[in-house]
Amino acid sequence: MHNKTLVELAKGLESGEFSSEEVTQHYLDRIERSADSLNCYITVTPELAIQQAQAADQRRANGEAGRLTGVPIAHKDIFCTKNIKTSCGSKMLDNFVSPYDASVVVNCKQSQLVTLGKTNMDEFAMGSSNETSYYGSVKNPWNVERVPGGSSGGSAAAVAARLAPAATGTDTGGSIRQPAALCGITGLKPTYGRVSRYGMIAFASSLDQAGPMTRTAEDAALLLNVMSGFDEKDSTSVDSPVPDYTASLHHSIKGLKIGLPKEYFDGGLNQGVASVIDDAIKHYQSMGAELVEISLPNTKTAVSTYYVVAPAECSSNLSRFDGVRFGHRCESPKDLEDFYKRSRGEGFGPEVKRRILIGAYVLSAGYYDAYYLKSQKLRRLISDDFKQAFQDVDVIMGPTSPTTAFKFGERMEDPVSMYLSDAYTIATNLAGLPGISIPAGFVDGLPVGLQIIGNYFKEAQLLNVSHQYQRETDWHRKAPVMDIL
Amino acid sequence: MKWEVVIGLEIHAQLATKSKIFSGASTAYGAEANTQACAVDLGLPGVLPVLNAEAVRMAAKFGLAIGANVARRSIFARKNYFYPDLPKGYQISQYELPIVEKGQIEIGLEDGVTKLIGITRAHLEEDAGKSLHEDFHGLTGIDLNRAGTPLLEIVSEPDMRSAQEAVAYMKKIHSLVRYLDICDGNMQEGSFRCDANVSIRPQGQQRLGTRAELKNINSFRFVERAINVEIERQIDVIEAGGEVRQETRLYDANKNETRTMRAKEEANDYRYFPDPDLLPVVLDEKYLDEVRATLPELPDQKQHRFEDEFNLSAYDASVLTASLETADYFEQVVKLTNEPKLSANWIMGDLLGALNKNDLGIEQSPVSADRLGGMIKRIADKTISGKIAKAVFDAMWQGDATADAIIASKGLQQITDSGAIEKMIDDIIANNPQQVAQYKSGKDKVFGFFVGQVMKQSKGKANPQQVNELLKHKLK
Repeated sequence: MHNKTLVELAKGLESGEFSSEEVTQHYLDRIERSADSLNCYITVTPELAIQQAQAADQRRANGEAGRLTGVPIAHKDIFCTKNIKTSCGSKMLDNFVSPYDASVVVNCKQSQLVTLGKTNMDEFAMGSSNETSYYGSVKNPWNVERVPGGSSGGSAAAVAARLAPAATGTDTGGSIRQPAALCGITGLKPTYGRVSRYGMIAFASSLDQAGPMTRTAEDAALLLNVMSGFDEKDSTSVDSPVPDYTASLHHSIKGLKIGLPKEYFDGGLNQGVASVIDDAIKHYQSMGAELVEISLPNTKTAVSTYYVVAPAECSSNLSRFDGVRFGHRCESPKDLEDFYKRSRGEGFGPEVKRRILIGAYVLSAGYYDAYYLKSQKLRRLISDDFKQAFQDVDVIMGPTSPTTAFKFGERMEDPVSMYLSDAYTIATNLAGLPGISIPAGFVDGLPVGLQIIGNYFKEAQLLNVSHQYQRETDWHRKAPVMDIL
Repeated sequence: MKWEVVIGLEIHAQLATKSKIFSGASTAYGAEANTQACAVDLGLPGVLPVLNAEAVRMAAKFGLAIGANVARRSIFARKNYFYPDLPKGYQISQYELPIVEKGQIEIGLEDGVTKLIGITRAHLEEDAGKSLHEDFHGLTGIDLNRAGTPLLEIVSEPDMRSAQEAVAYMKKIHSLVRYLDICDGNMQEGSFRCDANVSIRPQGQQRLGTRAELKNINSFRFVERAINVEIERQIDVIEAGGEVRQETRLYDANKNETRTMRAKEEANDYRYFPDPDLLPVVLDEKYLDEVRATLPELPDQKQHRFEDEFNLSAYDASVLTASLETADYFEQVVKLTNEPKLSANWIMGDLLGALNKNDLGIEQSPVSADRLGGMIKRIADKTISGKIAKAVFDAMWQGDATADAIIASKGLQQITDSGAIEKMIDDIIANNPQQVAQYKSGKDKVFGFFVGQVMKQSKGKANPQQVNELLKHKLK
């Protein structure tokens, strides 16, 4: 049962092979049996899940079922869920029970998906290894001594370990694609504005975007259908029709022009990863795609640009966590300043503090022009690189991450080496473009992700290109062997 | 040393939208604490602002009314600072590209001179909540009903040279926003308040002196007093050999003094940057034309029309158009009476006097425009004299009878029957031979004595003009 994709689950539910309650119970049992030794979940909601599953079964009996009615999924703990703890991986929100649902959660409820629980993540989505979570690191199901990637590491590990058939994630600089790559699953970051950000706890507002984390591209298409759409509560969401992303999955990719940016295959790339990516690209060539070498000359500035823009926005976005209305509040403050300093000092972890400090610094008087304003200019140059490239090619391919999953602790002492693990994913966030990571092979038993970047609102094309590869390969079908299950 | 005073005002006008600037919660005043604050106003994790189009329309209306540039593209920015009644830890405001720039407004001064005051900019922003320090036993309560209420911050050039000019400017803006129907102007509820930047410099010096900012003054009277005591303070400081510090000061109305709130060194670095949650506000010509078409007759236009149409002096016209309610009242009275000058005198004199004394607005006047018009009609057609009319007005103020009913019931109708007046005059002449002799010997002043006697005998009801004519005739 737990090896079934969303498509297969939907089919089984429709034919009556099993009920939503049975599928849901099966997953809840698996989560319980694993004792969540991977630490994928911050909160599991068994009662709610069973209730939702029963309601879904009832809807189906009434002939009111939709395409995914009764399919269980997990939500990253960054999405506000009504009456359920929403921690964002932080001590700051350990006591926070949201009074409302994020629009993504509302959309999933309207499609009658079942919520299994909330997945672990780097604190406030700041991290690439899940090691900054207040709730402890998530372990990579392929090798429990290694990180699952981040920040959506809980979602990625849960899907890879068959502890959820699919999950939602968010991606500010690679937080869907990088953990998808490191855990061997499919993860899509849509175009900025495609999925509503309302109710998704903001890290960097101009970069954050939610997307599906699934085992296959076909599943990602199904879940993206549910997640996307214009939302009047989010002024940056785009009011354009949402296509059925499953409709074009089967299109031929003969003649597809694939851009290969030379900057994505440079010195920083691990040799094993490079050869896996090379094979995947050759496979595309064998399917009739055309390879075009391109250049994205401003790639080298992406990481530094990102680490000005994202902290600047986060320093302001995280100001609301002051202990006044919700969240962690210190004991017996002396005065207002002490109240703020200790509530925030105790509530936030070191990586969050580091980014707030960087952000406050780059926005402060006398430094604004040199850092913030300059980063905005570089951001435009990075976008222009892509615009130029997409005049000649349909999609851009390269590795999602320069390495496979690294060991715990390996990069925690060196933030820059940690930041560089997002070197290939960050630019697409700065440009607002969609990108997907799909499983493309293994190095020493650890999964490697192929990243495909598309032009604005070309999610359907990315899914089509991914699905065509997955029809001919079985990397996405590989499951980690886990003693505990 | 002669000192020149330089004043600029920042006025915060609360826009009269039904819902808040970035959320759907109501803006109504006076609700129970925190009952009008939704998830967005509370700054809960994950919420996002959505701009209220009505607030934009109102700001555009204001910009067009002061002949300003209404920006085709303006930007919202975040002003970052921590305070318990500021839920998000930043205020959404406009910084680099405000919606309104470079306008001006004319103010009338008491000596009949007019002066143009420049308006640097007007920008949209959200209000904060309120901190409540009483009734919480040493703790502070937070009421977020006001958080997210739309404000238009109107920033003037430092063009005013006295507290009187500052008040005239503030009144003019107050009148304008009321005319435009974009702010209820209620100063007690804080819907219209101002900060004043005050500095002094030696007469003739070009460079501006160091300014102090007086915060949150919420009445016309306090603005004048606060500025005047601040001017005196600055003069005292400088003349004693000291220096004015750049700082924010608070006016204490009870002690009539200003005192330091925070020095420049303690000022926040607000770390403004464009709010990534909101798109730029883009307005096209068509939109601005539509807004322009909704502009009402503005105070200055109305004043000039009153001067031309009703032949009023500039001063009278400016008093009558200072508030839309007064202007409407006046026009209603004139419509009934067709007596603009007489109506203007009554409204500006007795009516506004009585209203002021009782601390009432004209919209709360016990004497309606219709009743006052009814009375003025009777003055015009000589049914009553101006003097008797004062008694009729008092009676109207006390009760709700019409002028005609009061005149009838109290028998106040003027005596215009010349036979009756002649009879009174004949009696008076007969009974006062001494005064008649004096008058005839050339003492013209004695004429007044005869008029007085007739009015006394008629209990003030004899038509004064007729009395004059008949007396002159009989005493020849």
